[in-house]
Amino acid sequence: MVQIITNYGSLLVRAMGQTLLLALCGLFFACILGVIFGILSVVKNKVCNVIAAIFVGVVRGVPMIVLAFFVFFGIPYLFNNILNVEHDVILTALQAGTICLALNCGAYMSEIIRGGIQAVDIGQTEAARSLGLPYWRTMQRIVLPQAIRIMIPSIINQFIITLKDTSILSVIGFPELVNSAKNVQANTFKAFQTWAIVGIMYLIVITLLSQVSKALERRLDHDREK
Amino acid sequence: MTVKSKNVKIHVSHLKKNFGKLEVLKDISTDVYEGEVVVIIGPSGSGKSTFLRCLNRLEDITDGEVIIDGNKITDKKVDINKVRENVGMVFQHFNLFNNLSVLKNLTLAPVDLKKATKEEAKEQAVHMLEKVGLSDKVSAYPSQLSGGQKQRVAIARALCMNPDIMLFDEPTSALDPEMVGEVLNVIKQLAADGMTMVIVTHEIGFAREVADRVIFMDGGYIVEEGTPEEVIKNPREPRTIDFLNKVL
Repeated sequence: MVQIITNYGSLLVRAMGQTLLLALCGLFFACILGVIFGILSVVKNKVCNVIAAIFVGVVRGVPMIVLAFFVFFGIPYLFNNILNVEHDVILTALQAGTICLALNCGAYMSEIIRGGIQAVDIGQTEAARSLGLPYWRTMQRIVLPQAIRIMIPSIINQFIITLKDTSILSVIGFPELVNSAKNVQANTFKAFQTWAIVGIMYLIVITLLSQVSKALERRLDHDREK
Repeated sequence: MTVKSKNVKIHVSHLKKNFGKLEVLKDISTDVYEGEVVVIIGPSGSGKSTFLRCLNRLEDITDGEVIIDGNKITDKKVDINKVRENVGMVFQHFNLFNNLSVLKNLTLAPVDLKKATKEEAKEQAVHMLEKVGLSDKVSAYPSQLSGGQKQRVAIARALCMNPDIMLFDEPTSALDPEMVGEVLNVIKQLAADGMTMVIVTHEIGFAREVADRVIFMDGGYIVEEGTPEEVIKNPREPRTIDFLNKVL
């Protein structure tokens, strides 16, 4: 084990860096998609609601690994071989991975956001509207601040799931932790030690994230007591 | 209380409201005059609260005409937010903004809607809290208040918009009995100040005391209306007599 750490330690740490990079890219766009579709699913407009429902339904109904193959191999094939566009469309593994994570995590985030907004008592909205505040102002000043408190634990949970889901993207060749560990195992033949180290690395990062989440929740509860 | 003038503040004619297939309000017509205190009583499910909520269009109106201070709110072109600025509402479950302090609850709308500067709004909020006897709660949060205190803050919040009309939707129904009095006293004070008010309540004694006119509703209709003397002491309609026998 010591041998693996001395020989491949820095490689694995760099690979963890790639994992975090991919997760951050994915989460960034997932937040944007989540907010957009979350709001589309709560506004009083049937068309918007249906669009949001289709997005969530499709993404949730397809396994992430299929989504990864579809985006990485399928989309370029569509453009280059079926539609025969002039310039070849090539997606890097990072781009394709980011799209997959953003779609996947974005769909779950939009559900968390919808749930959070709907969990705020309708009386809060009615009180604000009865004072003459317009719909969006009410959302901004009254509903969203309360909804975010409700959402935070679920959102951080979703972040952790997404961080772990980056490992699935080893199948499209992105040099994240699992992919790099496969090479280490192939070079050393020490499967037990390699995967134990990788497991512990994930565990450390996710434990740290959980601690941050707990601290954040405590702070929000503290604010509420104020 | 006597009616001070004959200015119509609320005009309702042939108001109908359906929830899906359920007809909650079947045909309601009435006028409320400036300075008048109208109390609506009636059994649960009679449409009292729905009627009140139609007056600031918290419920979409199915049919009929509602005119508030000259604004026909049944017309979709009328800016309902502007009309609501002038119509305060107090709810059964208080609905204070849980994420904001008492002071912010009172100043949010006036400042946001540019009715007042921050300083003016704060000054007025402090004044209103004094009026409802809660000047020591300026920086408290709703979760730290009792039900009666919450409702008094809710009344102060509505008053901070300087409304011409106040609507009360069962303001004491969610309160412990010992807290009912403190809220009713604030409403009585408002009545004495000449505020135009429509109050839905189960407090018959309070209705008799504060109302210029009592409306008894049942089954989506106004069954009987008149002075408290007429409706509560000497009801004519069998349905009214039956209801009052049960609650008094």
